[in-house]
Amino acid sequence: MATTTAPQLTAKTYKSEVHNDWCPGCGDFGIVIALQMALAKLQITPHNVAVVSGIGCSGKTPHYMGTYGFHTLHGRVLPSVTGLKLANHRLTVIGVGGDGDGYGIGVGHFVSGGRRNLDFTYLVFNNDVYALTKGQASPTIEKGKKTKSMADSSIVEAINPVALALASGYTFIARGYALEVKYLANLIAQAIQHRGSALVDIFQTCPTYNDLHSKSWYEGKDSGQPRLYKLDESDYDPVVHDPNDRAEVAQKKAQALLKSEEPSGRLPLGVFYQLEVPTYEDCLREKGVLGHEPQARLGAVFQRDIQPLLDRLA
Amino acid sequence: MSAPTFSWMIGGPQGSGINLGAEILARVMSRLGYYVFGNIEYHSNIKGKHSYYRLRAADRPVHSHIEEVHLLTALDEETLIGDLYHEFPGHRGHVEQVAPGGGILLEPDRVEGVRRRLDGRDVHLYVIPYGEAVHQALSLAGKGGQAHEYRIMNNTAAIGASAALLGVPFDPLAEVILSGFHGKARRVGETNVHCARFAYEYAQKEFKDLRFKLPPKPRRARDDKQIMLKGTQAVAIAKLKAGCGLQTYYPISPATDESVYLEGQQSQYNLVVLQTEDEVSAIDAAVMAAHGGVRASTSTSGPGFALMPEGLGFSAITEAPGPVVVNYQRGGPSTGLPTRHEQGDLRFALHAGQGDIPRIVIAPGDLSECFYDTFDSFNYADRYQVPVILLLDKHLAAMYATVPRFDTSGLKIDRGELFDPAQRDGRYYRYRFTESGISPRALPGQAGGIFWTTTDEHDQVGHITEGIGNRLTMMRKRMGKLELVEKEIPDEKKFALYGSPQAPIRVVSWGSTKGAILDALGRLDPEGKRYAFLQIRFLQPFPAKQLQALLRGAQKIVCLESNYSAQLAGVLREKTDIRADHKVLKYDGQPFSEDEVVAALEATEAGAGEEVLVSEGKVVSAATYGPEQVDKLVELKEKSGKMAPPMVPLPPGYNR
Ligand SMILES: Cc1ncc(C[n+]2csc(CCOP(=O)(O)OP(=O)(O)O)c2C)c(N)n1
Repeated sequence: MATTTAPQLTAKTYKSEVHNDWCPGCGDFGIVIALQMALAKLQITPHNVAVVSGIGCSGKTPHYMGTYGFHTLHGRVLPSVTGLKLANHRLTVIGVGGDGDGYGIGVGHFVSGGRRNLDFTYLVFNNDVYALTKGQASPTIEKGKKTKSMADSSIVEAINPVALALASGYTFIARGYALEVKYLANLIAQAIQHRGSALVDIFQTCPTYNDLHSKSWYEGKDSGQPRLYKLDESDYDPVVHDPNDRAEVAQKKAQALLKSEEPSGRLPLGVFYQLEVPTYEDCLREKGVLGHEPQARLGAVFQRDIQPLLDRLA
Repeated sequence: MSAPTFSWMIGGPQGSGINLGAEILARVMSRLGYYVFGNIEYHSNIKGKHSYYRLRAADRPVHSHIEEVHLLTALDEETLIGDLYHEFPGHRGHVEQVAPGGGILLEPDRVEGVRRRLDGRDVHLYVIPYGEAVHQALSLAGKGGQAHEYRIMNNTAAIGASAALLGVPFDPLAEVILSGFHGKARRVGETNVHCARFAYEYAQKEFKDLRFKLPPKPRRARDDKQIMLKGTQAVAIAKLKAGCGLQTYYPISPATDESVYLEGQQSQYNLVVLQTEDEVSAIDAAVMAAHGGVRASTSTSGPGFALMPEGLGFSAITEAPGPVVVNYQRGGPSTGLPTRHEQGDLRFALHAGQGDIPRIVIAPGDLSECFYDTFDSFNYADRYQVPVILLLDKHLAAMYATVPRFDTSGLKIDRGELFDPAQRDGRYYRYRFTESGISPRALPGQAGGIFWTTTDEHDQVGHITEGIGNRLTMMRKRMGKLELVEKEIPDEKKFALYGSPQAPIRVVSWGSTKGAILDALGRLDPEGKRYAFLQIRFLQPFPAKQLQALLRGAQKIVCLESNYSAQLAGVLREKTDIRADHKVLKYDGQPFSEDEVVAALEATEAGAGEEVLVSEGKVVSAATYGPEQVDKLVELKEKSGKMAPPMVPLPPGYNR
């Protein structure tokens, strides 16, 4: 009997035919390509993937993907991801959105999303500005700074996404750079493979509005030293090896926090923190609420017998 | 003598278990063959504030409360004489509501104040030291001397004494009490039965002359088919029956009970109940779950619904099959009256959200309709791919009444048009233009069904476009689905006419007012010739043509609803050009009683103005009644002397 091997899925398989209307040179291109490469690397069938976005330039991502795509509401990536995942926990669900979307208007959902440890991947396109509304300050712009698009400099502290994610309970926290596509693809693949809530905060260049954090700034052209470096090129170990060891968990969180606030001003890329604990789905399964089959395929729910409930009311 | 309709009330500080006690007695009454209607009034407070529970029992179905009380059972002083410890007291207690020949069960130290207030009226005072019954019951359990700690059991004593006064046999009472305790808790149940028995026997021995009795009835014709439940339970059970796969919620009165009930059923029925961080998340997660292929729902009240308009738009423009959104209205605006009744969100439910949103809005009027309308809503959501809003309210949520057991034999699941990979011709478009306006939907995870969707305007594939031709077509596609709803859903689901179509006076209303109106008309016009009642269940799409026909030839049209601005009357005028002659309104936070509807309708016949306001059982002047009541209560307080605020007992075993 002749055996046929399934055709290899390539990054191109995950591309849609839609014309892309991002600005030329936008960092978002790098992120989409990295996402497509990550899915190809993991060979996940496109119809088992759903990309769920908020509103913003980044929000358009699902349209450029050849997977199920949901372009939802500003700030509501994680509620949307949560609803979809609970309907069908077999789907690979990837949330994408801007820093305004996730750390600004959606920050409450960001915190709660982390606490549940539902199995999803969340990519935040972090460009320090609200791009689609033409470059106002976003929650990640540094205090005292002013991009060319801002009318005046910011007088509020920036959010530290890694610290916020640590406090919220994300079990995989990483940072990538939109213009290092292969490295980013690898991080995204790890995030998808991680069982639990995974955040990849991605430095994204916005050539139109953010003249401060440009490609040459990240490369350190001004200071003579690259600003970015990789945690995995040092002996930094992000993984909690014994999840029951509270001291280890605390220590790993502390080192991730220190890395996210490096006084030298250098910016690490890579995995900051990783912890393997039961997911929200696992907990639901343990309670007998969730079965093996996705909720959406449970025909039995339409045959429910409510007579015992009515008997109790008789 | 047995009253044709009997009314009992228990009042006490919140946390004293009056609801448990009242529901036990309600079930006993039901077992004796009576039709029962109960409702509770309570504060937004955990412990201490005045709450009371009314029960009405009759040998015909009853759907509302009456003002009179035949037996008042007081667990505290406030129930009797009011909250006179406040700078501005809020109520005068319930002593004045007790009918001539009726009685009051109360503890010895309250007698003097009550006598003063009764001022010689023909009301029996049944003085009973509840603590004594509690003490005796605890002694049997080896816990004598702790009666003060177990004051929570006073309500059991009160129920026992009430049952004796009403001539109710003890056995059914014991059975119902015990049915609430399982496993290890059985011993606690037995102690409660002992407590009830001591009070029962005490009352049998000491109290004689209550005129109102509840002797066991010959079995009701439909006895075995009656159940007793609340609106939140009717909705929850309907959701289970409809195959709901995800319920989301954020806690809020008076909606939470529904979700908590469902939480208890999660593993039994494979239902996921998700407690979200807010109502924004609750509705958005439900929208996406609906897209994901499960039937999804969320339940809330006004403040939560106020966070949901974006989700309604999200559902509408992406043509999600749902969710079903249940809004249990409460007194607004803003936080308003968190635990009180109002029908103030009609306009909001009809219009919430930017742009034109196709939505179905349904207001069930009683517990049965809560069940059937909820079940149907999921079919509508799937079939028309729109959000469905169920407008309930605090009154429906918390009323506890006998209803015919739900008949599930005719209930069918309709999942609407689904994408079938086998029958695919060409590329699959999620938003394909079709004649009906409905496009078959694929479920994420399905091979060949990949689709895109966006809250931006989009083309048939689901990609963003601002093309003019597409925009015009898409708007008609979405909004046109409401015309389909109008055509396909039968009229009997949309409205109902009670009484003669030729009746000169037509009362028009919506939602939970139904019960009080039916009871009132039964009293005013038993033949159903003078009055007809038109109940509107579908508020969107509004059955305008049918209502025009039904209201034609009326001598007088009276709209009746629980809000300030006569919202239904406004919608009726807008959609049918029919102007109500009278608007009967109530917005004091309490549902209409039978008496209030009677009083209001009598007033409209006696030449009342266009607007008729009712409160506290009567027609009142909108301009002066409120301020007068505030002044009167202050005066009453000054006359009554100092009153101690309620003392809330610490829970048993609490380390002091
Ligand atoms: C509720 C709401 N408020 C405001 C907007 C307007 N708006 C559209 S995109 C956007 C900001 C986008 O910034 P970000 O999330 O950082 O994404 P980016 O465009 O930078 O990718 C805003 C405020 C909206 N769509 N919805």
